[in-house]
Formats: sequence, C-alpha cells, structure tokens
Amino acid sequence: MNFARAHIMVCGGTGCTSSKSPEIAAEFRKQLEAAGLADEVKVVQTGCFGLCALGPIVVVYPEGSFYSMVTIDDVKEIVDEHLVKGRPVERLLYHEGADHHGTVHSSLNDTDFYRKQKRIALRNCGRINPENIDEYIAFDGYKALEKVLKTMQPQEVIDVIKASGLRGRGGAGFPTGNKWQFAANEKNDVKYVCCNADEGDPGAFMDRSVLEGDPHSVIEAMAIAGFAAGAHEGYVYVRAEYPIAVHRLTIAIEQAREYGMLGKNIFGTGFDFDITVRLGAGAFVCGEETALMTSIEGHRGEPRPRPPFPAVKGLFGQPTLENNVETFANVTWIINNGPEAFAAMGTERSKGTKVFALGGKITNTGLVEIPMGTTLREVVEEIGGGVPNGKKFKAAQTGGPSGGCLPASLIDTPLDYESMAAVGSIVGSGGLIVMDEDNCMVDIAKFFLEFTVDESCGKCAPCRIGTRRMLEILNKITSGNGTLEDIDRLEELCEHVKANSLCGLGQTAPNPVLSTLKHFRDEYVAHVVDKKCPAGVCKDLLNYSIDPEKCKGCTACARACPVGAITGTVKEPHTIDTSKCIKCGTCISKCRFGAITKG
Amino acid sequence: MAKSTAELQEMREQMAGQMSLRVEDKNAIRVVVGMGTCGIAAGARDIMRVIVDEVGAHNATHVKVIMDGNNKDAENAPVVEIHVLGKDTVTYTKVDAAKAKQIAAEVIGEAK
Repeated sequence: MNFARAHIMVCGGTGCTSSKSPEIAAEFRKQLEAAGLADEVKVVQTGCFGLCALGPIVVVYPEGSFYSMVTIDDVKEIVDEHLVKGRPVERLLYHEGADHHGTVHSSLNDTDFYRKQKRIALRNCGRINPENIDEYIAFDGYKALEKVLKTMQPQEVIDVIKASGLRGRGGAGFPTGNKWQFAANEKNDVKYVCCNADEGDPGAFMDRSVLEGDPHSVIEAMAIAGFAAGAHEGYVYVRAEYPIAVHRLTIAIEQAREYGMLGKNIFGTGFDFDITVRLGAGAFVCGEETALMTSIEGHRGEPRPRPPFPAVKGLFGQPTLENNVETFANVTWIINNGPEAFAAMGTERSKGTKVFALGGKITNTGLVEIPMGTTLREVVEEIGGGVPNGKKFKAAQTGGPSGGCLPASLIDTPLDYESMAAVGSIVGSGGLIVMDEDNCMVDIAKFFLEFTVDESCGKCAPCRIGTRRMLEILNKITSGNGTLEDIDRLEELCEHVKANSLCGLGQTAPNPVLSTLKHFRDEYVAHVVDKKCPAGVCKDLLNYSIDPEKCKGCTACARACPVGAITGTVKEPHTIDTSKCIKCGTCISKCRFGAITKG
Repeated sequence: MAKSTAELQEMREQMAGQMSLRVEDKNAIRVVVGMGTCGIAAGARDIMRVIVDEVGAHNATHVKVIMDGNNKDAENAPVVEIHVLGKDTVTYTKVDAAKAKQIAAEVIGEAK
C-alpha cells in the first residue's frame, strides 16, 4: 500500500469556492498526475481556515505551509517546486502585516492570526474532508455519542454540560445545561431537538462554516442532546442561502445513517434518533427560536409570546431543546475532553471559546475562535492585524444589529458575556465589525436600524412602527434637519421599543442607537447643532469646495466630475457648483494637489 | 452498514498515521530527505518512498517525513537527516534502500 507523504488541503468554504477553489483542487490533481506524484500526495477539499479575505487558501502538510490567494496558474509552480523538490513557493505564502508584505512563517500556527486562537468549535474546519465521515471518525468522531449512549445516564450528560459552563452561542448566552435540563424535565412522549442554523446577523458566518467544514460534529451533538432530553427526532433549520452547507449537511446525515450513527437502535443501545433538514428563506426573525419553530411547522415565520418556553411547548406544541450550530459544535469536545478542560478556558462566568467574524476596517477579515475574555485590543491589533491604511481605530460593533459599539476608550474590554453587557453591548452571535475614523456613528446606527426595519416581521406594533419612527428621526438628523429634541425623543423611543417588543428582534433593535448615543453623543450633536458630519459621510451635510490657493487648474477634477459641476479654465483655480454637486467624492480622488476639501 | 465499536476503533487506528500529517506536533521526529536536483538524481525519491511506506505501515504518528530542497552535500547524496527537538541533528549520507529501511526502523522504534 502506498502512503501519501503530503496532504494538500484546499479550502472549500463559501468564500474560497466563489474564488474558484474547486477548480484549483482539480488542477492540483491534474498537475500531480502529470508529475507522477498522484499516489504520493493527496488533495483534500476541506472547510474554512478563517482567513477568508485572502482566499483561496491552500495548506500543504506535513510542513503546514500556508498559501493564500492561490490562482489556477499558481498550481503548477506549487507542484513543481514544493511537492517535487521540497521548496515552498515563498511568493505565495501568507505574509503578515498591515499590507500583507511582512513576515512569512513556515507554518500557519506560527502566524499572529492563528497563534492566539483556540479552535474548539472550528477544530475540524480545515483539517478534514467534511464530505467523508471516515475522516471525522479518525479524529475521534462519534466517540462521544458512543460513550454517552453506552456508559452514561441522561442526567449525567446534562450534568457534564452544566459543569462545562457552556452557554448559548447564538446570542442570548443562556446556560446550555439548564436548557437541556428544562427539556428533560418535561414528561411527554414526543420531544424534539432543534438546531438553529438560521444565522441572520449580517457579517457573521461561523455557523455556516461549521456546517460546511464539520457537519458531523453538529449531527453527533444533536443525537447526544436527544438522548439527554429524551427526544428521538431532530430538525436543522438552515437558510437556503447556504447551499454548500445544506449540501454537505445532507451528505453527512446520509453517511451517518449508513454507519448507524443515526436511525434505529444506535450502537445497539436501543436509542433511536434521526434528523430532518428544513430550509429557511433567510428572514432575520427566524433566528428567534419561537419564530424558527413556527417556520419549521410550515407557517409564516413569526415569533410567539414566551412563556411558554420552547422547552415546555415548542415545535409542534411539544417540548423542544433548541441550540444554535456553534453551541452544538462544542458538545462532543466537552464530552471527550471533560467539562473541566472546557471550563478551564475563558473567564469566571463565560467559559470556553467563542468564534467571532471579523469584518469592516481590519486587515485580516475572517473567522477567529478565541478563549472568552480575550480583549478587543488583542483581537483587533494582534489577530486582526490592525486597521489598514494607517487609519485610527474608532469603534467596534459587536452583536450586529442587536448589539452595540465599543469606542476606542474601551478597547481593553474583555470579550465575554458579562464585560460586554457592562459596557452596553453584547457578544451576540459573534459578529465584530471594526470602524475607523472615516465611519460616521450616526450613519452606522442608521445602517443597522434600516436592517431591522426591513426584517421586522410586523407582528407587534412596538417593533413594526417603533423602529420605523426611529429610522425617520435618524434620517432627519443625517439630512441636517434634526434638533436636540429629536435626540431626546429618539432615546425615549428606544426605551419603549426595547421594553414592549414581543421578541428579541425588537427588544434589541434599539441597541445600536442607544450605544452610539452613549459613546458618541457628540457626533449626534454635531449633526443637529453644527449641521456637520465630523466623519464626512452624511452627504446632505457635506459641501465640497476647492481651495484657490492650492488649485493649479489642471482640469483633472472637472473631467472626472460625472455631473459637470466643476468649471474653470486651464491653469486657473476651478470652482464647484454646489447646487449640481452630488457629493460622490470622485474629484477628491483625482486631485493631485489636495486642493479639494469636504466638510 | 452500521459500524460496531471495534470497527470504528480499527478505522481510527488505521487512519491515525495518515491523519497525523495534518496535526502540527513540535515534538515529532522529523526525517528530512534532501531533494535538491543532486538528491533526486542520486535516487532520493526512491529513498523517501521507502521511508514514507515504512512509517505509514507502522502507523508511526510521531514521525514526519519532510522534503528539503536545499543541496547541502551533493557529493554524498542522497542525504537523510533526523531532527528531534532539543537534540543534535543526525545526518546519514549516501543512503540506499537498505539503509533507508534501517533509518525508518530506528525512528519508528524511538517514537514508540
């Protein structure tokens, strides 16, 4: 038998797939064949490595060489140099630093991006082929399920989860063990396990990556949860916008059935469990657990009042245990490694790790999994590689449209449930958007509110009408027609929407407004009193002008202006007709003398 | 076909050697085969094949066979080096198939 001496791991996540990683994997197979190495080197399509902005990612083991932005044309060079002669192709290796021209590391684990990470939920992403159950089994897959079914009582399983300190990773951070206990306590013949893969927070994609890179970890955990709670049927609710995740999850469920890990009499213990996949249409509200269940039942996705909580009366009116993908992805690790090992990570009340989706004005955009309590500074400056283009860090939005922002003065805040709540934000599902000095905080609040206004299901008035009124006030402020009373009214309205909305969507929708008001009130005041946007974003408050001292009359701006608002003769200072100007900023980018200013 | 406990365990053991390639282990024994032009001309490719197959057959998860593209000692090619963290590098020169088997057996023994 021939043993492969090297494995080429090609990222098959959504990001890398859209930049042609399947074609790259095929090209590797072709070039290896041509070089006579087909039986020495194995090509594996795997899950997300996390550094999505630099995709397609290719990692070559045993060295762990980390190639980024690989194109089909680069494949032959990697095969000829690295795999035939043992010389890694330096120009394609990942370079650290703000502009990706810095240090090269021979192995991915030595990079700043990975060094501080601790991959638990993402442990198999980038390590196994998600479409091959054997590879999952090789890394102790289905060991936890077997252990639970053969050696543990349901209550023991729940106690292990409780002892680990695991809390819901979908947003609210409710203790997972307690949730399992509530479902287990209900006396009923029929119960359900439900996996929330609706992931609606804009910019967050950890659940998608787990399903794409390691679907079996979710299947195994759902079966364990079923055993603990006394349920025999599971549902995964995943949005249809995630075709690769749906595809791999479907394959994984079929393989698990084939191997007897799902179905009747699992491991000969008499325990039955099976999983059905339900596709969602991508409504944000369906990430709310009661709306999700309503949608699975075949109705329009609208939330129901709680109580009764899902653990008492959930899916189809039966007791239901509901967790999100990332929460489930931690379960088998906890069973295999013990709750103490999990509880050893993180802070006193926030245990384990959390996956964050880094986005916005940051060098390394992508997925990072870090111990709870890692500070925002470590994430932004070290793992994230800092703010690009020499700009200053201004704030970070955590928790997406349900969360709040942390200003630069709070950059040393630890990322855990308690610390975030203390400064008026949330961990949420783990979206983390970095903003620099060019972002207007009023505009940011407006952006998130536009999202919630769009996504409000309309069932309850505070959310349906209240968020719309809030947006109207914000529009008034950013267009220069706001007053100081508007700011007070906005704040008051926030409190009403928060207190009176039916579900989490409305209850948290005011958070981006409230936290920007708390930390950046001066920016709101500048908009209404000075009629200025300090960051230069809100178009209605901007005026472009040309400094006649600096203008050389080169005509570059006049030629570039799409509406012909700039006039002047050659070698004479030009002027902008502000009534025609659409404030697109093209002239500023064309001017070589820094003569055009906005403000 | 439903898998039994024994079958699952056997799968894990059989795949351990292969899958350990993807796990970084600073304490692994690194067998470095010189694969520069001279090395390849002198038959380093076959030597590496022998070592990889031996290591694979014994499921030695703590041994990594790595190629090195630099020509260090062209006259004595093929060259095989054994790197162990915290120990001096051991270099073997003019390695032939028999010697390669011997080297493989040694590192596999040491790993166990």
